[in-house]
Amino acid sequence: MNFDFSSEDRMIQEQVRRFLSEQSPLSRHRSVMEGDSLQASDVWQGLAELGLQGTAIPEAYGGVGAGYLPLCLVAQELGGVLAAVPFSSSVYLATEAITCFGSTEQKERYLPKLASGEWVGTLALSEGPLAPSPTNLTVARSGDTVSGKKLVVPHGLAADFAVVLVTSDAGTDLVLAGLEAVERSAVEIVDPSIAAATIDFAQTPCESLGEPGDGWTMLETLQHRAAVLYAFEQIGGAEQALNMAVAYAKERFAFGRPIGSFQALKHMMADMYVALKLAESNAYYAAWALQNDAPDLHLAAATARVSATQAFQLCARDNIQVHGGMGFTWAFDCHLFYRRSNYLALALGGLNEWENKLVDALPSAVA
Amino acid sequence: MDFTDTPAETEFRQTARAWIQDNAPAYLEAPLSGSGFGSTRTGDFDPIAEAKKWQKTKADAGWACIQWPKEYGGRGATPIESVIWGQEEGVYGKLSGTFIIGQGMCAPTMMAYAGEEAKLRYLPKLASGEEIWCQLFSEPHGGSDLAGLRTKAVKDGDTWVINGQKIWTSGAQHSDYGILITRTDSDVAKHRGLTMFFLDMKSDGVDIRPIKQANGDSGFNEVFFDNVRIPDAQRLGEVGDGWKVALTTLMNERLAIGGSIATGFPEIQALVSELVLANGPASSDQAVRSKLADWYAKSAGLKNTGARAISALSKGEIPGPENSIGKLVAGGMMQDIAKFAVDLQGLGGLVTDPAIARSQAQIQAMLMRSPAVRIEGGTDQILRNIIAERVLGLPEDMRADKGIAFSQIPTGV
Ligand SMILES: Cc1cc2nc3c(=O)[nH]c(=O)nc-3n(C[C@H](O)[C@H](O)[C@H](O)COP(=O)(O)OP(=O)(O)OC[C@H]3O[C@@H](n4cnc5c(N)ncnc54)[C@H](O)[C@@H]3O)c2cc1C
Repeated sequence: MNFDFSSEDRMIQEQVRRFLSEQSPLSRHRSVMEGDSLQASDVWQGLAELGLQGTAIPEAYGGVGAGYLPLCLVAQELGGVLAAVPFSSSVYLATEAITCFGSTEQKERYLPKLASGEWVGTLALSEGPLAPSPTNLTVARSGDTVSGKKLVVPHGLAADFAVVLVTSDAGTDLVLAGLEAVERSAVEIVDPSIAAATIDFAQTPCESLGEPGDGWTMLETLQHRAAVLYAFEQIGGAEQALNMAVAYAKERFAFGRPIGSFQALKHMMADMYVALKLAESNAYYAAWALQNDAPDLHLAAATARVSATQAFQLCARDNIQVHGGMGFTWAFDCHLFYRRSNYLALALGGLNEWENKLVDALPSAVA
Repeated sequence: MDFTDTPAETEFRQTARAWIQDNAPAYLEAPLSGSGFGSTRTGDFDPIAEAKKWQKTKADAGWACIQWPKEYGGRGATPIESVIWGQEEGVYGKLSGTFIIGQGMCAPTMMAYAGEEAKLRYLPKLASGEEIWCQLFSEPHGGSDLAGLRTKAVKDGDTWVINGQKIWTSGAQHSDYGILITRTDSDVAKHRGLTMFFLDMKSDGVDIRPIKQANGDSGFNEVFFDNVRIPDAQRLGEVGDGWKVALTTLMNERLAIGGSIATGFPEIQALVSELVLANGPASSDQAVRSKLADWYAKSAGLKNTGARAISALSKGEIPGPENSIGKLVAGGMMQDIAKFAVDLQGLGGLVTDPAIARSQAQIQAMLMRSPAVRIEGGTDQILRNIIAERVLGLPEDMRADKGIAFSQIPTGV
């Protein structure tokens, strides 16, 4: 037994951290969210030069083949700087979907381009304010085309193709559809750095991913695997929000003393730390379960996801509180974390959905 | 990263399992599994006698305090083997409650500060449960503010003369020995005038009076010292260094409690799986499911945090104040769980008779014992202070006693 990452994994993390601190400061995130560019393509390019999009892609398909453990640490670093790149949609979802369910031919066609960062993929799932279910999907497949409207598609404006959940004669399918000729429009969401889109498929050519009819099962598998990686982004964000709060509390004075000496604030930050620690430890376990396809992967992933969502939302929320009025300005970075925490909380289905997944995955009670 | 056993660990696990299978008191399995935190149920058998018997059986075969060196009654096992042992001992581990303070806190203090002869004399008997130890720290005027304690030790030739009072001393009434922190100098700042000893609880002038607790038990006591004499050879650490010695004890307290801390999760999960509410099975009630998920995530988080601490320990790193989170999370959680569990059962959920209430009233025992978890061994507030100051590096509290000689500190009375 050994419950820590290896020094090789940590070295990759360190390298990513150095790169991001130079190339992806929060000001870079801010320029994207304020509309200067769709995504930070220079950061995306730099990540690609480090081979990071292909971290877990097998070498045979142009990746690094280093597995999921280092990828988790990469996710944590990206989460910490709120990187404005489509990494989560393209790597944790689209790449993962093709790796898990694609035919050899599909893997050969897609994975090398995903590994090199040349292609960006995403998952088109949601269709409106309701959480998607096998019975409420309207985007439909007919033969080799797909039609209907998906809203919200994260990174939908930046993606070259999408993995789309559709209803079909077989039930529910996952299909791959190119986006170059499809009508897309920007949709404003709480986190504007996500390049979210409404996508209007109109007899758009598509191909099956995996067996038709298996769409919902594949989606569940995909979501659990991705949940582990999202959890690492969330703890990365939570950690930085807490650091920001602590740093401000040491500097800012009120009533003749640093505000960090008031117990009400100290205890608030202690609770942020506790939530973060629990989430981090659950994420570690889930990382191992993902890498080893452990029998309890679903439980481990849902647990990591629930803890990480709680931790990031708490830390981002209370970071604003520690900053007082400053925390509520556009100019201060607190709201960037708050926005991202809310995006990540919902990106894969909200807390309530994951609480249910967790309980469903619990082994039965031993009375 | 690897959460599975290595071949050597597998072998160790099998050896431990086989030995437990052959030697554990199987007749206690049923009552023990109904034990919740704060109620060790041993059916018709005396809990302390049974605890001592199991401990001695383990010690004779080299399965007691396995992480300790062999010469002190242990097995010289690794931290990970110790975790494996805990998993395998399972329900029988609930018998160890009586020894936690002695083995988990007094022993490490003795190992760090006692002379070799004393270690060889006392530690093996502590490991085997033949001698029980207690921790004489808290006083009426020194709980959270432990360094505000007033019990005096005055040197007289080769012995020290102790006068004063301790309070909340768990298990003092069953104890053979104790570690004792005293004030030896009132004219220096409060942390500097303290000195630590160990003593025979049967010494002349020691008067132990059990205190009836809020849950009706009498686990803790008042202990009065009236001219009690302790040989200087039983001093732990230098004169005036008692605070440093006490920190060793307190650090180990967090470790002893940290890893396998009770949260109440298995109890609430078992209840939910069998309870039927007015609107259907509790397990399909959305509010219940949401809470269950939250509590599972927290208890898994504690377990995995403990696992990380063990890993750090086996690499030779010293677990730091971050381990304060264990009791902080578990205490509040257990109290919430007990309240929720009782609530789900309606008025019938308040029955405390183990013969009538579900699972020998373990939930009700938890309801009444859990408030103390948030107080003993550092209150929730003190633990948050520790995390804020020692982990996050936030500024210290403003203190009214800073830099003042102990005798000049305001007392409010
Ligand atoms: C069941 C049980 C068993 C125990 N066993 C032992 C034992 O075996 N040996 C032993 O030595 N002691 C033992 N204790 C004592 C325990 O360690 C103390 O009760 C505890 O440290 C709190 O001290 P106090 O009771 O004096 O409360 P106080 O220190 O008076 O605290 C009262 C309240 O004030 C708060 N408070 C105090 N200082 C601060 C601060 N700086 N910031 C914020 N809030 C503050 C506390 O959090 C608490 O809410 C036991 C206690 C219990 C309940």
